[in-house]
This record gives sequence, structure tokens and C-alpha cells, in this order.
Amino acid sequence: MPEGPLEVEDLSVWRGERHVLRGIGFSVAGGQGLKLTGPNGAGKTTLLRSIAGLTYAEQGQVRWRGVDVRRDLRAFHASSAYLGHEPPLKPDLTARENLRYWVGNRRRVASRELGAALQRVGVETCAEQPVRTLSAGQRRRVALAGLTLLALPLWLLDEPTTHLDMDGQQLVGQLIAEQLARGGIALAALHHPLPGTLSAVPTLELAA
Amino acid sequence: MSHGDVEVAALTPPIVARSSATSALGAAALALERDLLLAFRHPSQLVQPLAFFAMVTLLFPLALSPEPARLREVAPGVLWTAALLASLLALEFLFRDDAHDGTLEQYALSGQSLTTLLFAKIAAHWVLTGVPLTLMAPLAALSLGASPSALPGIFAAVLIGSVTLSLIGSIGAALTLGIKRSGALLSLLTLPLALPVLIFGARATQLAMSGGPVVAPLELLGALAVLGTTLAPLAAAAAVRISLE
Repeated sequence: MPEGPLEVEDLSVWRGERHVLRGIGFSVAGGQGLKLTGPNGAGKTTLLRSIAGLTYAEQGQVRWRGVDVRRDLRAFHASSAYLGHEPPLKPDLTARENLRYWVGNRRRVASRELGAALQRVGVETCAEQPVRTLSAGQRRRVALAGLTLLALPLWLLDEPTTHLDMDGQQLVGQLIAEQLARGGIALAALHHPLPGTLSAVPTLELAA
Repeated sequence: MSHGDVEVAALTPPIVARSSATSALGAAALALERDLLLAFRHPSQLVQPLAFFAMVTLLFPLALSPEPARLREVAPGVLWTAALLASLLALEFLFRDDAHDGTLEQYALSGQSLTTLLFAKIAAHWVLTGVPLTLMAPLAALSLGASPSALPGIFAAVLIGSVTLSLIGSIGAALTLGIKRSGALLSLLTLPLALPVLIFGARATQLAMSGGPVVAPLELLGALAVLGTTLAPLAAAAAVRISLE
């Protein structure tokens, strides 16, 4: 069943005197993705954060399933996952524990599922190590495992391929393709073109 | 757009059904468990405020005078000032790491009530700092010349008072999240709000030591704890949201 749609209308964000986003508007239906590109400072992160409801947009509207998300932010959050620059992981907990608490906060998750997800992203060998001992790329993979486990209709991804090797970037492409194939929506801020099947995903280019 | 060539792996769960969502209580229990587990991985952070409390209450008899009558006179004030400052020391750890590694952000975006999740965090903080302080307070009171008969009253006062201190402190800790080296500002924000706890706590301790009825100040401490429980998590949640902007 297709999810959404997510509609953004005339979104404007100021940072002090600076007009970071100016009248951004687009619409993404279930099963569709959107790549956000643009030079550093173009406002990709700000756009994702204001859609997620973390940054206040002075003007404009974000609608989820036709309803302004500000009317019930918690209901919107219950169906969206935001993954920022840094994987939201505790250095002192193991990869498995991190996922248990992060995903468990939103939905009941079985230990077997955790193991399967960690295996899927290729970090099963270090699942029981404290995250602080993992490399940046491995941490990113753990975060991707969490993202898939959350199993939410809307993904807001800020530079999901950071620190990942070629194989890891392929994985991101594959995960996004799966998200779209099951009717979900994915918005991703990207510097590099996504490999493989996602070349058909439309691009929103933000100007500096 | 065609995704015909993409094979959906069986491992990827379908989009989550509402029925399997974690309840508010379940989410709070997990947040509590997580904070306790983290603290046991890093016990050094917890020792510091306790060591401070022990040092102050042990140094006073040495510095002032070993005369029991004189010590007893200042004991309530010393005990509560030390407890207040020790709880302030512990506050810095309440939200700082979680703000740094994005945990608070994920909490705010989880669709769960941020107030409930923060309440769980404050509860964990109290278990880790308030409870040890409560257990230590009667010993400190003994070293300040309190008689054993006064200890139950002192124990009860610190037990209730430390709950309020953790709650009040959470507001200050949340408000100073975006600020580097926030220690001084944190004390400035928190101490005035904590004054009633200091006053009634010291009063209860004084009455307990002189054999008077401690019920009235304990009830006032209890009222403060109830007020803090209802309001502080709400205020802390609002402050955390602002800091995430």
C-alpha cells in the first residue's frame, strides 16, 4: 500500500538575517524518492530538519497524508524516521544494545530481528562490541540497520552514504530501493550520485 | 520510475503496523533501563558528587571544632548545603551526553511523549545520585554529631528532598544544553528554585536532631516533590525541544 503523500509547500527558513530556504515546494507520493543536492550551505540539512519538525519554518507548510504536520507532530513523528549527520548511537553500548533501545523506543523488536538486521548491513561480527570501538563506516552501517528496523513509511536521510565504502553505498541504494518498493517514501540529501537502480529518482537541486 | 528489478529481501520488515508500537510506559521503562546500564558502564561519573558530599561533611568537624554541641548547631545547614551542591555537580551529566550523540533528538522525533521519556531519565538520575546521597546522609549526620534517634527523620528528609532536587535540576540542565561550559549558569538557574528544599530540609533535620516533630517540614518537602513531578518534566521537555532547533 503506498504511503503518504508528503507535500511541502512554499517552505521558507531564516537563520538570523540569512534566508536559508526560499519558497521550497514539492510533493512525493508513496513509492517515490527525492534526492536533495546542492553545494555546502545550500540548506539540505535545514530542509530535512524543518520537514522533521526540528527546525521551525517561518513560512510554508509540510503536509503528511494531506494534514499539516504541525497539527499533530507526534503522529507525524510516529511515521517518520530522521537520520542525521551523526549516527544516533551511544559509544558505551554495543551495536545490538544501541538498536535495542533506539528501535525499542518505537516498536517491539525481537532479538532475532536485531541480529538479522545487523547481518544484513554486514556488521554482525562486531554486534557485541561497544560502538566506540567501531569505525565510522561501521557505525553508519549500524545506524542503517536501525533505520530498516524502525520500518517507517517516511525516511529523511542526511548524507546516508558518509564514511561508507563502495559496498556500503550500494547497500544504501538497495535499502532505499526496498523502501520505495514497499510503498514507502525516502528523502535523501546526497553529494554523490546513488548507485544502481536509483538513477530514476528525481532530484531537487538547492541553490546556494 | 521502475523498481521491477529490485528484490525485496525477506529481512526487511514491512512498514510497521500500529499494533506493534511500543507503549508510552514501555518506552519509558526502556529509557530508564538504558540510563542505568550506561551508568554501570561508567561508574566514575557517579562517584564524584558523592565524594564531594562526603568530603564537605567530614571536613567541617575538622575545620570548625570537634565540640559536639557546636557541630550540632550547624549540622543541618552543612548537611543540606553539601547535598544541594552535590546534586548540582551531578546534574551536568543528566542530558549532556544524550544531547551530544543525538539520543535526545531521536527521543524528540520518536512519536513518544518527550515529557514521559525525560521523566524516565530524571528517575534514573535520581536512582543513581539521589539514592546514594540519601544512604550517605545519615552517616554524614552522625559525623556532625546527630544522635542515632535523629537518623530516620534525616533519612526521610533527604529521600524526599533529593527527588525534588533532581526534578528542579532537570529544568536547569535542559535550559543550558546549548551552552558550552554551562556550570556557572546552571547553578545560577537552579539554586534559587532549590531554596525551598534547602530551607525545609534543614528545618526537618534540625527538628529531628532536637527531638521535635518532623512531620510538618516533611509534608512540605513532599508537596514540593509532587509539584516538581508534575511540572518539571514538562518544562524540561519544552527546553530540550528549543535546544534541538
